[in-house]
Amino acid sequence: MKYVDEFREPKKADALFRAIEKLSQHLIKPIKIMEVCGGHTHSIFKYGIEEILPEAIELIHGPGCPVCVMPRGRLDDAISISLNSNVIFTTFGDAMRVPGSQTTLLQAKAQGADIRMVYSPLDSLRIAKENPEKEVVFFALGFETTAPSTAFTILQAASEKIQNFSMFSNHVLVIPALKALLDNPDLQLDGFIGPGHVSMVIGTDPYEFISQQYQKPIVISGFEPLDIIQSIWMLLQQIVENRCQVENQYNRLVEKIGNQVAIATMNQVFENRESFEWRGLGEIPYSGLKIRPEYAEFDAELKFPLPNQKVADHKACQCGEILKGVLKPWQCKVFGTACTPETPIGTCMVSSEGACAAYYKYGRFSHLAKKMMLDKEKIKA
Amino acid sequence: MCLGIPGKIIEITDVQQKLAVVNVGGVKRQVNIACIVNEQHSVESCVGDWVLVHVGFAMNRIHEKEAIETLRLLEELAEAVAMG
Ligand code: SF4
Repeated sequence: MKYVDEFREPKKADALFRAIEKLSQHLIKPIKIMEVCGGHTHSIFKYGIEEILPEAIELIHGPGCPVCVMPRGRLDDAISISLNSNVIFTTFGDAMRVPGSQTTLLQAKAQGADIRMVYSPLDSLRIAKENPEKEVVFFALGFETTAPSTAFTILQAASEKIQNFSMFSNHVLVIPALKALLDNPDLQLDGFIGPGHVSMVIGTDPYEFISQQYQKPIVISGFEPLDIIQSIWMLLQQIVENRCQVENQYNRLVEKIGNQVAIATMNQVFENRESFEWRGLGEIPYSGLKIRPEYAEFDAELKFPLPNQKVADHKACQCGEILKGVLKPWQCKVFGTACTPETPIGTCMVSSEGACAAYYKYGRFSHLAKKMMLDKEKIKA
Repeated sequence: MCLGIPGKIIEITDVQQKLAVVNVGGVKRQVNIACIVNEQHSVESCVGDWVLVHVGFAMNRIHEKEAIETLRLLEELAEAVAMG
């Protein structure tokens, strides 16, 4: 077992599609399912899953791309840290092209800022050890999937007494964002495909409120094509049978209580911010993580003066509507014209997990693309 | 951002720092295994485990039994569909 190819087998995918097709005939009205995680969005496009689904099932691409939801003001803060002459600023590659209000990290690098892409926060800590005369800052991004690893890295820096290392924390939490979406009256959803790797950390218990308070079904899903198609089938069964439960398709990795070691470490180092701004969604209470006072020496927000300005999104940008699933990418006026992956205006076009970039890269030749052309013609006319 | 890749732990390189070598799709990578170690599961006993690797950390163990069960279910479905 390699846990990859086995979950890509066409014969099983075909059987699942047929089962979905058959079951969808029992739907009394078309349904909307949101995949919360950007990783799922990426897989759905890569494997053309959306195109094969019956028309009665619409997929809405949710806000689960930590880079896509980063507000412009926070990027400006990151860029301002990187511009300090004694700083080596380290980041995951995903963040390089995300537009701040004026520039991107990539442009700051071109202008001479020492910005380095790393694969792991531990690489950043190593750079700090190799460059004791510099301040090394790590741009800590991501959901609960990634936060434990940055927490471990801070603990390691503390135990090794590394003084020239800090983090600019922009970690965000999935559960408060889901709650904000469910409270949004614009958004009529019939169910969720739940984020598999966030759930391997937090478990399936935290989603119970979705079925209990909001009466929506959710299936926690893996990322291979069979995982996603099976999850859609499981959701469809719940909807047709009028059930709403938290189900776990990804039980080879996700447990009910999650990973207690990872959760404990995350809680040891981070605490909730009272509020955090999400691009497109606005302020969401208790949805971001900041470094606890005990580890203040590793908090870049305290080490460096920050502009700390809120900046409204670009006028043309409709990422907020995209993230909420209210609009489709091609309905944005600048999609594919002024806004492309090379020159992104909004963040949904920056990361391959963003809905706009996914449509741009994979969706242009699908039947949805045809619809998109027609829509555009209509807008022009 | 939340992407992770399955890999198999083939060797422990540093018990203190909880570092291991993981074979990820044929490529050997050094990975921190602190997240999957607890009282029931010591560092040394991790060799042979399948894990999900994310940003240089093994974030969780992958359970073979559940994976086999999922695939068996789908195989049954495929057979049922083939029979019409
Ligand atoms: S096309 Fe660009 S500007 Fe429009 S919603 Fe998508 S990312 Fe935002």
